Amino acid sequence: MAGTPTPPFLAPIEELRRQLQAAEERPDSASRAQAARLRRELERELRAVMSNLTPWQQCQLARHPERPYALDFIKGLFTDWVELHGDRGFGDDPAMVAGLARFDGEPVAVIGHQKGRDTRDRLYRNFGQPRPEGYRKALRILQLAEKFGRPVVSFVDTPGAFPGIDAEERGQAEAIAHNLRVMAALEVPIVVVVTGEGGSGGALGIGVGDRVLMMQHATYSVISPEGCAAILWKDQTQVPRAAEALRLTANHLKALGVADEIVPEPPGGAHLDPAQAIRSVGVVLRKALGELRKVRRDELPRRRQAKLRALGKYSER
Amino acid sequence: MWFWRSDRSHESRIPEGLWVKCAGCKETLYHKELEHHLHVCPRCGFHHRIAARTRLGQLFDGGSYKELFSKIFSTDPLEFVDNKPYADRLQGLFERGLRDDAVVVALGRIGGVKAIVGAMEYGFMGGSMGSAVGEKLTRAIERSVKLRLPLVIVSCSGGARMQEGVLSLMQMAKISAALARLHKARLPYISVLTDPTTGGVTASYSMLGDINIGEPGALIGFAGPRVIEQTIRQKLPEGFQRSEFLLEHGLLDLVVPRRELKDTLARCLGLLL
Repeated sequence: MAGTPTPPFLAPIEELRRQLQAAEERPDSASRAQAARLRRELERELRAVMSNLTPWQQCQLARHPERPYALDFIKGLFTDWVELHGDRGFGDDPAMVAGLARFDGEPVAVIGHQKGRDTRDRLYRNFGQPRPEGYRKALRILQLAEKFGRPVVSFVDTPGAFPGIDAEERGQAEAIAHNLRVMAALEVPIVVVVTGEGGSGGALGIGVGDRVLMMQHATYSVISPEGCAAILWKDQTQVPRAAEALRLTANHLKALGVADEIVPEPPGGAHLDPAQAIRSVGVVLRKALGELRKVRRDELPRRRQAKLRALGKYSER
Repeated sequence: MWFWRSDRSHESRIPEGLWVKCAGCKETLYHKELEHHLHVCPRCGFHHRIAARTRLGQLFDGGSYKELFSKIFSTDPLEFVDNKPYADRLQGLFERGLRDDAVVVALGRIGGVKAIVGAMEYGFMGGSMGSAVGEKLTRAIERSVKLRLPLVIVSCSGGARMQEGVLSLMQMAKISAALARLHKARLPYISVLTDPTTGGVTASYSMLGDINIGEPGALIGFAGPRVIEQTIRQKLPEGFQRSEFLLEHGLLDLVVPRRELKDTLARCLGLLL
């Protein structure tokens, strides 16, 4: 879940960073020498840990509580941000943000899952798990974007759509389904950036696009490793095995044709240098939007649908 | 019958075609009688789950139809292994004669109206949707567009098939994109939701009908009841996520008993075509 403490495999890195920071704060020459040594050691440790990440460790990185979230990307990459609220039917869902902004001076529409930073904020954002009104707010902004010919940027980072009584009563499934059909046919460019957890239908509900970019340590899966382990082995010690079996890392997703491009993250992950991670997303986003702007309006859904049409592997006996 | 296939203890004790126990009222029923009532209990009205071909036989005029896209079958793109490799599981099902994956698509007439129907097969891995189901339903929709025929999908599924990972998830987008084309072509699509219809199936094509019809008492939802119970740590209210509950909350157009389903489909299609 979002909001878990630093995962154990990152603890040595965190410890080195703390020591390094302390050494850098002391002005004497001995500390300077110590800082230089710690920096080298940190680099070595980062390389060692990051070059051997298991899929389950990838999941933990994707859920790291200090990763940049939608509003961080929006603040870092866009200007003139106007957040818009509500689904015009039931309410406003803080687990989903939506609005208008400029990217490189050009007006665009932005939608995204939003997680919280501290306990109160996490609860307020419902750990980034939208209810139907969240998907319907996103739908409203998608249709607004189409009406005014604005490209859409969608930031995906959710454990999943909220599984609750109220969400079911208001039609969680219908809300997601409706978005899928509308996004498939939208006559403006849609660029999807999976920045953290791509949690099943809750992710896909704002995840249909012309380009699907995945951050290096993001994941995308039909079910969480915990859910998968519970169903298949009824045993939570099997979670790492489930993470492996589900092929949910960025590299796998690219190989399966679901992700188009992987956005590199700073050494150790986006949480160690959020500003750099945000800039990297900006670079790839700029390229994608630039390419899509050249495609004719009615050609966009045709190409998008052709891409979706090709997904899946089956035999014909 | 579905519970014989899923529960082998019954299989050995009660010979098929003689006596069955109603899963609703626990009455012992004569199998022929139950079949005569379209597998709806004549005592309590419980709608038993039925196989895809039984469904097609009930819906099409004279029980006759032509099957389409029947050669499509699942593969194991992720080399998924749980207690048993997925590839072996598939091979085993194929060898037992279950060769349609979890959906049968057919062309025929419903009350004189020519239509394409996809009926999901719960007996095949819980009706779960992987690439094969995605491809068959997408082709069914595309054939509807091409022949300008209405479409009916009868869902009966636990959702996306875990063993095909994110590719199963993407079938939701693939099928919904095809439905966008059907939508644009202004052709009717009626979705029939039967027990159970949950997860990624509900969150894509099952909820996208021009008309959504539920069978009485069917479990229909996004999240499964157990997942919800674990999340909110509360008991779920009586009747939660059943067809009647969804009708009450504005998510279904109709709840139609099985014996009236064919006529209702024919009437609705007639009014839309």
